[in-house]
Amino acid sequence: MSAGDGPAGSAGNAAAVDRTPVADADVCVVGAGPAGALVADRLAGDREVVILDAGPRFDPADRLARQERAIRPSYGRPDVWDVGGARDAYENAGSTEWDYPLNHARVKGVGGSTLHWQGMVMRLHEDDFNSGAERGAGPDWPIDYADLRPYYAEAERELGVAGASDNPYAPPREEPHPMPAFEPSHSDSLFAEACEAVGIDMHSVPNARNSEAYDGRSACVGYGTCQPVCPSGAKYDATVHVERAEDAGATVIDRAPVERLDHDGDDRVTAAVYATPDGETHRQEADAFVVAAGGVETPRLLLLSASDRYPDGLANASGAVGRFFMDHLFAGAGGTLDEPTRQNHVGFYTSACDQFYDEADETQAPFKLEFFNYAGPSPVESALTGDDWGDPLLERLRGEYGNHVAMGALVEQLPDADSRITLADDRTDDRGNPIPEIDWTVGDRALDTIERANEIQVEVLEELGADVEWVAGPDATGPAYHHMGTTRMSDDPDRGVVDADCRTHDLENCWIASSSVFPTSGAMNPTLTIAALALRVGDDVAGWLGDRT
Amino acid sequence: MELTRRDAAAALAALGASGGVALGARVAADRGRDAGGDSGGDGTGDDAPADDETVRETLTAVAAVVYPDDATGVEEFVDGFLDGRLDGSAHAAGVREAVAELNRLARSWHGGAVADLDPAVRDRHLREVGADIADEDPDGTTAERVRYYVVNELLLAFYASPTGGELVGIENPQGHPGGAESYRRGPR
Ligand SMILES: Cc1cc2nc3c(=O)[nH]c(=O)nc-3n(C[C@H](O)[C@H](O)[C@H](O)COP(=O)(O)OP(=O)(O)OC[C@H]3O[C@@H](n4cnc5c(N)ncnc54)[C@H](O)[C@@H]3O)c2cc1C
Ligand code: SF4
Repeated sequence: MSAGDGPAGSAGNAAAVDRTPVADADVCVVGAGPAGALVADRLAGDREVVILDAGPRFDPADRLARQERAIRPSYGRPDVWDVGGARDAYENAGSTEWDYPLNHARVKGVGGSTLHWQGMVMRLHEDDFNSGAERGAGPDWPIDYADLRPYYAEAERELGVAGASDNPYAPPREEPHPMPAFEPSHSDSLFAEACEAVGIDMHSVPNARNSEAYDGRSACVGYGTCQPVCPSGAKYDATVHVERAEDAGATVIDRAPVERLDHDGDDRVTAAVYATPDGETHRQEADAFVVAAGGVETPRLLLLSASDRYPDGLANASGAVGRFFMDHLFAGAGGTLDEPTRQNHVGFYTSACDQFYDEADETQAPFKLEFFNYAGPSPVESALTGDDWGDPLLERLRGEYGNHVAMGALVEQLPDADSRITLADDRTDDRGNPIPEIDWTVGDRALDTIERANEIQVEVLEELGADVEWVAGPDATGPAYHHMGTTRMSDDPDRGVVDADCRTHDLENCWIASSSVFPTSGAMNPTLTIAALALRVGDDVAGWLGDRT
Repeated sequence: MELTRRDAAAALAALGASGGVALGARVAADRGRDAGGDSGGDGTGDDAPADDETVRETLTAVAAVVYPDDATGVEEFVDGFLDGRLDGSAHAAGVREAVAELNRLARSWHGGAVADLDPAVRDRHLREVGADIADEDPDGTTAERVRYYVVNELLLAFYASPTGGELVGIENPQGHPGGAESYRRGPR
């Protein structure tokens, strides 16, 4: 076994790796997902940068084996990237009707949750930054689309985004995407006729996935298992930037969960206290700290860092740490046609519809529609379950596969102070630290909008001539695994955890790079915005360090 | 429908040599379970893991039952696939043990190794073992391990290959790197 040790791999092997702190570090980044990796890459070379990640460094040679796990029924999704167990324990608050499956929604390790993600990457719309003013719902962000626009363009280059400029509803951009969009699928062409008949515009969708060779990584080769693993590396994941940061001199310490941030009397963070597999605890000191541990572990770490001076947790003078937990809600519908639809060749979608997005107001949330290329069962997965084989199995597979169609949608939920992450009272993780407790609630605006999305989906499917077999409405909705809002951004220190630069109001040398800073969530998948903010954090940290020297 | 070396190579390219294997074992170990299973199960000591030859014969014989009737070239396909899978990994060990156990039971219930049984008896034997209704589990009961290491090993290789997929109507099945064009094409 080599670098790909599982989280509880052999201690002997773990001992071979030096996990001691780096002397004279300028910057300590907590978390090696895309947010932390982009900040680190931005600063490495000019600065001494250390990245600490709770999870392991996965061996790229294991990716096919992880793909096998993704296909074989005896493994659950969390098993694909070794999520779960005492390290990742969490609980849902008993009272809520909204259980949150956290360990399906994240990966711990170098690359973070992008190892598992689907890689759909859109910019937020201009109104998403001014939801209060423009839609009468939720707070405005202290920054505008214009502030982020150059960073969006840069993030698209960094991740490698395949896209086109055929979307009339997308926010303004001055340059094309770095790669051409993936061509529409066969099923897109079927949908196109139906959409035209009912007056719905289809357009391409940006993918963080190579439509041609890019940045030393191959073009997509069609493994079709993008979520949860791309064996070819055509799908972007944050190992790209972690490796680049390391090449520029950054140090990555894996399997090093940060348990606490220490501070001094001058409101500065002094050290990240982390554990290593040998049972030791270390202190990584640095001038600046960037917390990039994802939307659940970031507030958890701040809460775990409570001190006499900050009894409610670090950076929590506003009381907002952990509050306003949001995700995007899924709405969907699907059925079958009487002709082949050619699904499950690839694991991503190629067409979407943002036409209804900016209709949003106080009562209707922004939402976007997606046209799937992976509706219905995948024959190889189906073949491994059931009590048939030989000709009867083949007959069953032929009957199941071939003519499914489906549409999805993502819907914004509004921030609600009672939807929150706290520390569990009486349960701890493998290191004896209180686990996160999730109390997720979703309001009526989102639920009503799910119904609206369903209406449109059913209309399109019926126009297509489909037998509509399922509708995922308000009762069957679930989260899209985008953790947002838990350390919200605000100019007002009483109302938010970080300022417009994503620096904590309370601690001068601590930034947060994460969707946890989103004051509202829009309905676009968050990671391109996370990446843009991370690059901006990198610049701000560089400026702050520069001013000091 | 002819299975080819290309299919075997494709199945291997899709699944990797040592398979879910190393990983399966690793996860089990991480959870503090006995990763290797309890090799053979009944502790009688006469079920040493099967050698390469026995594994090849047995899996080819089982493939004749679990693959569709008009699949041809099965022996070459299984051989080519196993060339990559029978390495020194924990997965390979699991395959050897499951095959040994399946053969031991065949001898005791039907008087001969799986490969020597009539195809109809072979089919019945697999069902008597319980591999038809079992959910695959690399660390489970005999039925669950036979399902994982024998039946599903073969079905996975077959339906992740272009030829197997095509029989169902998908020439670029999940697990097979068949390019980013097939999804665009209409039915032929
Ligand atoms: C199934 C799935 C599909 C998705 N699809 C999409 C999509 O199509 N488009 C999109 O935009 N987004 C998608 N996402 C979401 C996307 O993966 C996340 O938005 C993104 O990875 C967040 O980046 P991050 O760096 O903030 O956090 P993460 O990627 O979660 O990384 C956080 C890192 O911090 C580490 N960490 C946590 N706590 C500590 C600690 N105390 N000490 C040290 N390290 C710590 C973790 O180990 C982890 O590696 C998807 C997510 C999932 C699960
Ligand atoms: S379809 Fe493309 S991006 Fe998805 S897993 Fe396959 S190679 Fe990777």
